[in-house]
Amino acid sequence: MTESSPQSKHTTEASDAERYTRLLDEARGIHGVSLWQDAWRRLRRNRVAMGSLYYVIAISILAVFVPLLPLQSPLDKDLRNRKDLPPNLAAISLGDRSELRFENNSLQAELNKFEASMAEMRRAIASSAAEQRADLLQRMETAETNNNPLLKLWNNPGPIVQAMLRLRIAVFGDWCIPSIFGTDDLGRDVLSRVCWGARVSLIVGVVATLVSLAIGVSYGAIAGYCGGWIDELMMRFVDIMYSIPFIFVVIFLLTILGAEDTKRWLDEHGVNQLVIFYVVIGAFYWLTMARVVRGQVISLKNEQFVEAARVIGAGRTRIIFRHLIPNVLGIVIVYLTLTIPAVMLFESFLSFLGLGVSPPDVSWGLLVNEGTQVITPIKIYWWLVVFSGMTLAMTLFSLNFLGDGLRDALDPRMKNR
Amino acid sequence: MGGLGGFLLRRACWIVITLWIVYTASFILMRSVPGGPFDSERKLPAEIQKNIEARYKLDQPLINQYFNHLGNILFAGDFGPSFRLTDFTVNEVIKQGFPVSASMGIFAITFAFVLGTLSGIVSAIRRHTAWDVSFMTAATLGIAVPNFVLASLAIVLFVFTIPLFPAAGWGSLRQIILPALCLGAPYAGYIARLTRTGMLEVLGRDYIRTAYAKGLSERRVVTRHALRGALLPVVSYLGPATAGILTGSLVLEQIFALPGLGSHFVEAALQRDYPLALGMVMVYTCLLLFMNTLVDLSYVMLDPRVKIETQ
Repeated sequence: MTESSPQSKHTTEASDAERYTRLLDEARGIHGVSLWQDAWRRLRRNRVAMGSLYYVIAISILAVFVPLLPLQSPLDKDLRNRKDLPPNLAAISLGDRSELRFENNSLQAELNKFEASMAEMRRAIASSAAEQRADLLQRMETAETNNNPLLKLWNNPGPIVQAMLRLRIAVFGDWCIPSIFGTDDLGRDVLSRVCWGARVSLIVGVVATLVSLAIGVSYGAIAGYCGGWIDELMMRFVDIMYSIPFIFVVIFLLTILGAEDTKRWLDEHGVNQLVIFYVVIGAFYWLTMARVVRGQVISLKNEQFVEAARVIGAGRTRIIFRHLIPNVLGIVIVYLTLTIPAVMLFESFLSFLGLGVSPPDVSWGLLVNEGTQVITPIKIYWWLVVFSGMTLAMTLFSLNFLGDGLRDALDPRMKNR
Repeated sequence: MGGLGGFLLRRACWIVITLWIVYTASFILMRSVPGGPFDSERKLPAEIQKNIEARYKLDQPLINQYFNHLGNILFAGDFGPSFRLTDFTVNEVIKQGFPVSASMGIFAITFAFVLGTLSGIVSAIRRHTAWDVSFMTAATLGIAVPNFVLASLAIVLFVFTIPLFPAAGWGSLRQIILPALCLGAPYAGYIARLTRTGMLEVLGRDYIRTAYAKGLSERRVVTRHALRGALLPVVSYLGPATAGILTGSLVLEQIFALPGLGSHFVEAALQRDYPLALGMVMVYTCLLLFMNTLVDLSYVMLDPRVKIETQ
């Protein structure tokens, strides 16, 4: 606002200076808003999307730290006493089942005993003569795989998971959460299986999406940047792929890769079934990503910053991967959040059909499958379907909402509305 | 309509090329893995196996086998015998399974279309009312819950708790309703959302105001003027929806124990019955391509602004 009333020169000068400092202060207070800050602000206003974001973060943290939680064993079967129990609050303690033959029927005691015997063996090895050492080492290794109680209650835990399990036992002892989700047909705790299933389901979703991301983004960027007949050819190929009912091809592919001889050959080369799974799914989910990225790149490639990069002498590869791809990141993130639930759904689908993750691994699709298999007219074990199904549905639900929210937030057309 | 003929011709070319690529890729995959019809626990004597292989031309180089097999399919429509199902050819399996899957699919997509558009229209017209909110919540739930979860819950609820429907089997109308509803539910949800968005957009247009200004009733404006424009996105979604319904039937046939193509396909995949799996892949690809063409054509009919692309 300018002051219009006539005033003496002196006061005008003073008020001018004051006004300028005020303006300067105001200007200091204003920060440039980057695209990401802007998007974040818009996302925060979207309640559903934020709720979904918190849920997704929570479930991811849960999946990572499952071994730390005081859950029951996801594998330990108890057909005699705990078959198909409905949700209940009966106290349960780890290693309590007498068939396990744990020291004092306690995992903690058994683990201590195991540690003590290992320590003793280690001491024996350290003090033994050189010729006996190889033999003793061998014996220690077999003892480690045969007697380790952790291997009996959990499926093939790696060193990190084992360390986490030990920490959990140190903190919580043998106490674990009662079967509040009930137990399944083999007497295993459903809550624990749902939590461990989260790991597999989420990892499949994320890794397969990353595979598809890598393929789709480079494919689309290359097609868009090169243009001309290369673009034409590459996009024709995508069109053809689009019109293939790919689930059938994927199942066909998994069938063939699952044949015994092929499997053995792949195993020898260090490729297990989960890896095949990631790659095969990733190899079919990149199509939309490629199309979207190509469109963006075409609209970006005549911009001045690309021109500038070319003037400096940057090569094609450098321009595509250093200058164009970072600029399409926004839209890529949106499609990423939408691809993850699609892939997870697909995984649960295949696992449900018995073609995906196979026991003793657990995933949500597998759990729902187990649940549907014991639906009988005589008795309804509803807790087997409801909890795993709901967790799966909730996760897919919130990932979809998050994706939609991100799309609205990152869409430049929505800006300043 | 020369444009239409040209469009169909070009489309036919693409279909043929796509089918050929799918077939060739599947064939190569099928033959690149060890294991044939004679690999079972009881080995045949080598001489007999050799004779049979010669009879079925399995001893020839792969490229000859490829052309033989392709020729059989093209000229005789013959996918050969199944590896695992005793006394069945792939064609017979397809012939038996197809009507089951097709009727379920048609049922599901009709249901999805009718329910989806109706609830979409209602929520668009009665925007921000309890109707709108409840329909859209239901739609979102329908989209998010995977159809096999939905089917399992539906069985628990409608078969065992409140016995409305039989659990499984095939033959009567009552047996088809539950699987078709579960199959169509996610697509009904999606169509409802699409219709609502399309309807809201169209209802804001000038020509709708003109229609109201002429004194037409709301019913007439909606059904005659707005609906056509609002349904365009729905029609273009029908293509992917068909693909999804084909996929979904795979699981639902399994849950409800229907003797359709899907259960045979999963069975073939689990049993490594390659010829049957290959036949199924081809049938499904054909179906999908056919449906996509149909959808594109109906799009042209519905929207006079869309001209058939002449590239």
